[in-house]
Amino acid sequence: MTQASFDPKAARSRCQGYRRRILDISQRVSALHIGGAFSCTEIVDAIYNDLMRKPGLSSPDTFLMSKGHGCMIQYVVLESLGVLTRADLDAYCTPHGRLGVHPDYGNPGIEASTGSLGHGLSMVVGMALAERGKRRDGVIYTVLSDGETQEGSTWEAVLMASSLKLTNIVAFIDNNDFQSLGRTSETHPSLYPLAAKFDAFGWETAEIDGHDSAAIVRAVTTRKGDRPLMVVARTTKGKGVSYMENAPIWHYRAPNKDEYAQALRELETQA
Amino acid sequence: MRNTFSETLYAEATANPDIYIVVADISPAGSMGKFSSEYPERFINVGVAEQSMIGIAAGLALKGCQPFAYTIATFSLYRPFEMIRDDLCYQNLPVTVVGMGAGVIYSTLGGTHHTQEDIAIASALPNMQVLAPCDPLECIEATRWCAKQKNGPVYLRIGKAGEPVLTANAEPWQFGKLRYLRRGRDVCILTYGVITAMATDIADKLAAQGRSVSLVSAHTLKPLDREGVTAALQRHGHVVVIEEHAPQGGLASQVKQIAWDVRATCRLDTFTLQDAFIHNYGTTSDLLAAHGLSPELILAKIG
Repeated sequence: MTQASFDPKAARSRCQGYRRRILDISQRVSALHIGGAFSCTEIVDAIYNDLMRKPGLSSPDTFLMSKGHGCMIQYVVLESLGVLTRADLDAYCTPHGRLGVHPDYGNPGIEASTGSLGHGLSMVVGMALAERGKRRDGVIYTVLSDGETQEGSTWEAVLMASSLKLTNIVAFIDNNDFQSLGRTSETHPSLYPLAAKFDAFGWETAEIDGHDSAAIVRAVTTRKGDRPLMVVARTTKGKGVSYMENAPIWHYRAPNKDEYAQALRELETQA
Repeated sequence: MRNTFSETLYAEATANPDIYIVVADISPAGSMGKFSSEYPERFINVGVAEQSMIGIAAGLALKGCQPFAYTIATFSLYRPFEMIRDDLCYQNLPVTVVGMGAGVIYSTLGGTHHTQEDIAIASALPNMQVLAPCDPLECIEATRWCAKQKNGPVYLRIGKAGEPVLTANAEPWQFGKLRYLRRGRDVCILTYGVITAMATDIADKLAAQGRSVSLVSAHTLKPLDREGVTAALQRHGHVVVIEEHAPQGGLASQVKQIAWDVRATCRLDTFTLQDAFIHNYGTTSDLLAAHGLSPELILAKIG
């Protein structure tokens, strides 16, 4: 994908469809991580549909969802690509299904089991090393939560990725500023400025609006590529549904019928 | 044993470009220098960062490589435990976690460097396989097996340096099977790992007293050879377990469990490290003796 071939209308349409599909699934289960899936919808969409080559099971590139609790967006994107089936998603979190709240390695399109935070980036480093060792040009994409940057293990991997000059890593931080007990900027003000910390660790960095699909694609396609890339994406938790935006309760809750109807109306309005 | 490990791994890595070693600022001596200079892209030193050591090994395995993760046993298993559980065992990846210098080998470094519970902890994990060779020759066999197997993760407990060869005339090594180093009729000593040298000394002394002694290396702790243990319990009047490990969750407790399950009638004595942190220093033998493990103490009890 080049910047010139990027189609913003198509991206917007896909993302609205993904959010609608997640809302549909929310009516079948008691709870799911909507807020964190909606905050990284444009990022995951852009990775699969605008950045990875041949997205799907035959792609030379890899996407690892480090913030495993956001995997609803990965599931619906994989469904749209034909990697997962409609039946897979309809059976989400049921005894006869194979998809749970966190990604499970072995399911189609799921490259690693995540859900426990702070594991993803080290596995990404290992995957990037393997690509280099096997003389392949695969790019390893990943999305971390901002809360994950509080894990010491994440910084171990940050240190190694740049020390090993793994230029085939493209990482995003879904910087929605929320975690379970409050705003990250209030509980951990010293975490900021976030991009500067990755810059100090030897990464190439970019700061963008994480709901601007064009900006997401541009940050990756215009990278220098001499270091691993960390894109710090400003996002809104629950993006797209007014009552979910920046409301911590929507970290892990399914809307009732009225809330569901309102959410759909709001998404239609945005179309 | 660490030299033997590194020489074997170097040979395996020469034949297989998918073999990597990820170390945490501790490197096996011997041929590891050749490994790192000849295959620098496959020798990864993460520094003092054991969590990423395991995660990186997992990432390599997810892309089809055959990685080893290596450092002192306490740091290879305990510090990154959740990474071992989730990244290696839950995903069932063929990564070998090498715990070097397990037990009380680091006898002057204090309890932070003693590995007394590793067999229990590693064995509790689904998919994990647990190996503990008793001498350099078994270490070669175990390392070769780890370099080729695709079953899933392995915890490979090895010693450090200076272990005597004990298995030159033993029957062939086979994963998952007890290995008789000698066969007798009266007493059967079941053991594994570095303390097998002490068990050999005890077996020699019992033989000098006129006892017919079997000496067995239980090098595969998981899956443990239940049939083999059952046969040992049924064919000997007296079974003795000697292990450099806490009383819970190691070989001794498993043999007791099997003995109960099969209604064994033999006499069964077990000798383990204490369920305690001790604050002693000295040689490894000094620390083992402080835990109650010496030929004299054991012989006095088994009579």
